[in-house]
Amino acid sequence: MSTTVAEKKEKVSVPFDYNKYLRPNKLPHIWCPGCGHGIVLKAMLRAIDKAGLDKNNIALVSGIGCSSRTPGYVDFNTLHTLHGRALPFATGIKLARPEMKVIVVTGDGDALAIGGNHFIHACRRNIDITVLVFTNATYGMTGGQYSPTTPLESIATTSRYGNIEPPFDTCEMAKASGATFVARGTAYHTLELEKTIHEAITHKGTSVVDIIDACPTYFGRANKFKSATHMMEEIEKDGTVNVKQAANLPPEKLAGKMLRGVLHKVEGPEYCEKYDILIKEKASAKK
Amino acid sequence: MAEKKKKLLQGNEACVEGAIYAGCRFYAGYPITPSTEIAEGMSVRLPKLGGKFIQMEDEIGGIAAALGGSLAGLKSMTATSGPGFSLKQECIGYACLAEIPLVIVDVMRGGPSTGYPTGPSQSDIMQAKWGTHGDHPAIALTPSTVPEILSETVRAFNLAEQFRTPVMVLYDEILGHMREPVTIPGPGDFAVEDRAKPTCKPEEYHPYDDKFLIAPLAPFGSGYRFHVTGLNHKQDGFPTNDSKVIRENNERIMRKVHVNRESIWKNEEVMLDDAEVAIFTIGSTARSARFAVNELRKSGVKAGLLRPLTIWPFPDKAVAELSTRVKAIIVPEMNLGQMTLEVERCAKGRCEVEGLYRVDGEPITPSQIFHEVRKYL
Repeated sequence: MSTTVAEKKEKVSVPFDYNKYLRPNKLPHIWCPGCGHGIVLKAMLRAIDKAGLDKNNIALVSGIGCSSRTPGYVDFNTLHTLHGRALPFATGIKLARPEMKVIVVTGDGDALAIGGNHFIHACRRNIDITVLVFTNATYGMTGGQYSPTTPLESIATTSRYGNIEPPFDTCEMAKASGATFVARGTAYHTLELEKTIHEAITHKGTSVVDIIDACPTYFGRANKFKSATHMMEEIEKDGTVNVKQAANLPPEKLAGKMLRGVLHKVEGPEYCEKYDILIKEKASAKK
Repeated sequence: MAEKKKKLLQGNEACVEGAIYAGCRFYAGYPITPSTEIAEGMSVRLPKLGGKFIQMEDEIGGIAAALGGSLAGLKSMTATSGPGFSLKQECIGYACLAEIPLVIVDVMRGGPSTGYPTGPSQSDIMQAKWGTHGDHPAIALTPSTVPEILSETVRAFNLAEQFRTPVMVLYDEILGHMREPVTIPGPGDFAVEDRAKPTCKPEEYHPYDDKFLIAPLAPFGSGYRFHVTGLNHKQDGFPTNDSKVIRENNERIMRKVHVNRESIWKNEEVMLDDAEVAIFTIGSTARSARFAVNELRKSGVKAGLLRPLTIWPFPDKAVAELSTRVKAIIVPEMNLGQMTLEVERCAKGRCEVEGLYRVDGEPITPSQIFHEVRKYL
């Protein structure tokens, strides 16, 4: 709020050394032209930089899908697991080495369909893991099937006549399951996203950021979007509203829009800290 | 010298003792009969030792978290039974390809499906070898007594750490819930192996370095930043479509177990020297077989027992050699012929091979084996 337009411009113009965190010899990435995943990756790296995290101390864990290829491109301890299983692998790493910063990058199908149970229970435990859900309402890697976040009536290769399944609200589910930090961002609002991810990774406990991120190749073409930018504007810019602005808007202006920003933030006992207390009590107790 | 501490333990409790002795400090699992006592025991023991226990939301989560714990550097274990073992198979394949040490205990119950949760079986022998897709190495150990569950669990950790691969411990429900006196081992009683750690500079480290048959594995967070994937990968851990590299890596993960099979095999031979009929079996069935052999010998029948403690890699050599000097090999097993097929394969028609099967949730009795052997005289 206190940042002036001029300051904002200056911030953007400062060249950020992405190579500090990337594995340049693993590029180019596999993502299609117009895909937002690269924007999200860059926002994540800026957020990590701002948080001052040590690369040796970060584990970046993913499942299977387009977004789950992210770990291969970054110079952390990186783990590309099985479809849906990023969170339990990440839980194992975090519990074994609580001093590590564990971040999960996952798609909406990976996190909410095949990995839905793990998602619910990671949130319930409030284990200190940040979950970045790249929500593009599509199974991109397999060619554009409908996913748990595909809007009703949308066309996909497995919903040629229009999707008849209602979508999940990822944030509502995360909150209901017990996550202590829940937010939404978009690839379009890239600076806001960086800030949101920064807040998520500096939060103690399970933090979930639902990141709306268009897939022009499959969802876009099937649903007659003119271009990737048109798609970003319609879904990410016009289809969302910042939660702070939303407070001053009449209901009719909010109809059909998803809220962006930090939607839920509370303090709660973190799983690994509770386990460490248990260890201290039991280790000192009579054998 | 002070007398060793003896305890009356259940098989599943002995498994916990073995795991703790071997240095296991991470357990993740999901409750399932008849293996649950292992999870219960680990949940009590681990926090006292600074280790970690977590009950996950499902069987897949159990093995996935255990693999995460292992990658973070802790010796890790999960335990389950038939249906849970099926659910874990995709992760077992991941552990094989990504070469992550892990011990998986499968307390075998009747199947298929939910089957007979409280009844014993030995019907996961093939699942232990072929349950996950793709060609992969398998190491599976088959103890037959409660003290042996302890010592074989220690050996399972040693093999997992040494070969960077998942190792399974298979025993039936009878052994899981049977109680026997167990000598609690002291330091040095059993060898304890730890995985090799890299000595090179972090920037020179490759998690699948082709200089080695089995490359050292750095724990996550130790300064060696590397990539792990379930995709076919190069020595640096990154995915590849290079057919030569894919072939070499697939062959190497098989070879690392195959060329070391002599050191992984472990058999007990009972009165085989002059045997005319041999019995080949594992687990609680081997206890009945041992009794039957003694009774047969008393009645003048030259019977003997070959009892593998390593069922995978299959004891090809021992069975092949045995087949040249006996009339028949009888294979009693609590399934419908899983080991019999393997024995036939190794015997190559040099002797008769006959299975003796039971899938009604009851143990194979000494008398059943006794009468089966007598048919071959």
